[in-house]
Amino acid sequence: MKLNGNVPEGDLKTLWEQHKFNMKLVNPANRRKFKAIVVGSGLAGSSAAASLAEMGYNVDCFCIQDSPRRAHSIAAQGGINSSKSYPNDGDSVHRLFYDTVKGGDYRAREANVHRLAEVSGNIINQCVAQGVPFAREYSGYLANRSFGGAQVSRTFYAKGQTGQQLLLGAYSALSRQIKSGQVTMHTRTEMLDLVMVDGKAKGIITRNLHSGSIDRHAADVVLLCTGGYGNVFFLSTNAMGSNVTAAWRAHKRGAYFANPCYTQIHPTCIPVHGENQSKLTLMSESLRNDGRVWVPRKKEDVEAIRKGTKTAKDIADADRYYYLEERYPAFGNLVPRDVASRGAKLECDNGLGVNETGEAVFLDFSAAIERDGYEAIKARYGNLFDMYQCITADSPYDVPMKIYPAIHYTMGGLWVDYNLMSNLEGLFVLGEANFSDHGANRLGASALMQGLSDGYFVAPYTVSNYLGSNKQEKVSTDMPEFEAAEKAVKETNQKLLDINGKQSVDDIHKRLGKMMWEYCGMARNKAGLEKLVKDTSELRKEFWSDVSVVGENADLNITLEKAGRVADFLELGELMGRDALAREESCGGHFREESQTEDNEAKRDDENFQHVAAWEFKGADNEPERHIEELEFKHCIPSQRSYK
Amino acid sequence: MSSNGKLLKLTLKIWRQKSRSEKGFIETHEMEGISTEISFLEMLDTLNDQLERSGKAPVVFDHDCREGICGMCSLYINGQPHGPAKATTTCQLHMREFSDGETIFIEPWRSAAFPVVRDLRVDRSSFDRIIQSGGYTSIKTGSAPDAHAIPVPKENADLAMDAATCIGCGACVAACKNASASLFTSAKVSQLALLPQGQVERTERALNMVAQMDEEGFGHCTNESECEAACPKEISVENIARMNREYLRASAISRK
Repeated sequence: MKLNGNVPEGDLKTLWEQHKFNMKLVNPANRRKFKAIVVGSGLAGSSAAASLAEMGYNVDCFCIQDSPRRAHSIAAQGGINSSKSYPNDGDSVHRLFYDTVKGGDYRAREANVHRLAEVSGNIINQCVAQGVPFAREYSGYLANRSFGGAQVSRTFYAKGQTGQQLLLGAYSALSRQIKSGQVTMHTRTEMLDLVMVDGKAKGIITRNLHSGSIDRHAADVVLLCTGGYGNVFFLSTNAMGSNVTAAWRAHKRGAYFANPCYTQIHPTCIPVHGENQSKLTLMSESLRNDGRVWVPRKKEDVEAIRKGTKTAKDIADADRYYYLEERYPAFGNLVPRDVASRGAKLECDNGLGVNETGEAVFLDFSAAIERDGYEAIKARYGNLFDMYQCITADSPYDVPMKIYPAIHYTMGGLWVDYNLMSNLEGLFVLGEANFSDHGANRLGASALMQGLSDGYFVAPYTVSNYLGSNKQEKVSTDMPEFEAAEKAVKETNQKLLDINGKQSVDDIHKRLGKMMWEYCGMARNKAGLEKLVKDTSELRKEFWSDVSVVGENADLNITLEKAGRVADFLELGELMGRDALAREESCGGHFREESQTEDNEAKRDDENFQHVAAWEFKGADNEPERHIEELEFKHCIPSQRSYK
Repeated sequence: MSSNGKLLKLTLKIWRQKSRSEKGFIETHEMEGISTEISFLEMLDTLNDQLERSGKAPVVFDHDCREGICGMCSLYINGQPHGPAKATTTCQLHMREFSDGETIFIEPWRSAAFPVVRDLRVDRSSFDRIIQSGGYTSIKTGSAPDAHAIPVPKENADLAMDAATCIGCGACVAACKNASASLFTSAKVSQLALLPQGQVERTERALNMVAQMDEEGFGHCTNESECEAACPKEISVENIARMNREYLRASAISRK
């Protein structure tokens, strides 16, 4: 089936303005008759819940943490892009739009990206008015920096804690609505199913993570703002609790999952130390502005470093292989994330990795310290260097950092149309949980922009349009659809508790993660992906026959919480394998070894794959169906990316 | 594991408590082969893995981002909130801070306003209610002027940012003998008092947030500065002084 993104006809530049005018409104006096469910309280969720409540809708907002302020948006470091062009350096809505489409390797929907670039200015206005303390110049005006290799300075930032400050801004707006009673906040509450009534999303089933109580919630519209699925890899830079469950359960109710194989690997993370490791820590991309990436040229130096008989300082400059600088003279260490990541993998695969596991490269600041002085480097990166030292006990002022790529962000997600509505009527998906704006690769400082764009400036209009243009039959939680969904959730949980197997949930999650990293990580090929599909399917069966989940359902039970999430990750992992297998081209973060240029760059196949792949669930043991949404590029003409 | 890592043998004394109303107790666990390279929470993961494998209930503790920013993790470790390392959250604490053979006491935050949920997890929703009482500017989505319409002196912006780095973990309350939430509350009052955007509601905010803090059962500040010493983000007690000035000013000029 061909999917339609429902992009309105018209000139791209005025499309959103015109669409806003064409969309249906809901009379202010009638808004109080509607209820919206918002699942998740990160940037997308908090901003959407607050904005809808300000308009007069009743909102029920749910999060799994103890406070909406703790959603994982809080961990974003670098900044937020906006096309304001305050530095007068040639930026514009069109340039931000163009860079984002190109950066996504021509696999995003043009109209969505253009809207994102258009509203990016208002996001900054909104956040400043909330009291978000962005960095400022001595003039008192806002500071900007260039980020991720962009040729204009369009990134606004608040130290290395931009995500935290933006989320606290959205949380403050949400808090105001909670106080007024317009939002009912449900913390420590996890969505475990979506309830469909007569083909429309009309509610959710949740589990109270303290009491274990399974509850029904009815509404007129459901917004999923539940983030990405990077934890399918077990080790990622995501928070421990980040999961795919809400999105996956909606997928099992019919929502299409688009481009699941588009995952972003961040090149500068602290390497894995051992089997007990629980998560990976990102070191900001900004470090590559001054750090030089290298490995020793000689195998004997590599061996000596691994044994500890030599350190990085003992390697003469001529014996250091600055592979990014040599291979990409124009961009050097500032090549995009996917290129930098694959470079590290290539050298480590060649046996030049510089730690015990063989999976680390150096990021060296000695030249920058010599050039700019200790104080200047400390001012720029002090907090990051401290964090690195806290984790590894090494000081980057004295010895090079050791870094290795790690899973960081997922561009894939539930399929949505131009209005951010999934193929299920009444189910909207916002932020990282949807697939729409970043194509096959996300640019730095664009995730925060998208989450807030969706929540503050898109969903309030499009949700109103949905509510205003359809007659909303009122539903109650007594209806058989709710009863059946609740029963199914309880049965699934009981099934998990009854297995009484020998393996822990983490045992299986770690094995899944290793499979995903091996076969669906930085480089993928047909044989590996076929093996992945088979292995994940077998691992899933092993999970359902041999996992051990202690405790009860009707109680606080952290093992049961994890088990439900891993059960969903197992199914998702298999789908990611299928998606990567079916996409016989390389694009952005999806690198198929069979499809590369002579310079080992990702080679797209626009003729056959210039489309979105959206998967329909057909039962866990059946093959899913692959639907297609064709992508058209009228304003950004696809070209081969080159960073030579 | 890194070649310079060592293996530790430890005795853990951990607070277990089934619910708010039930009596808690200290449970002892002997741990062996704990690498100095792993984090404190990874050490607790190891314990929980052992407990689950023997069919026992794992120790419930709060954690999420494990990058020191979400504020979810807590824990009194050997009598100190977030443990012995300065300006470090529990999730960023590593086992190299401990020595072989050491006994480690692990307890939840202790405050009437932070009731225990289970084991080491407490209910910090009182913090949310303090923010709800006034920790915002009442700007609606869509009505903001251009971001450059109001310049802010860099010094004020920087001070506001320093206050705004609070992660809401509650270590300040846990460290205070009065279980005062003054550092937490003052960080938000300060941030908004320092910015032009916060001026309109400045008076009401100071009065309402302080009143809410009292209503939640937090104690008063007696200038011991234990909160600043325990704060993983090194929020300064100068914010408390600023909040006190804000409160005095508001009390004098409020029309209510």
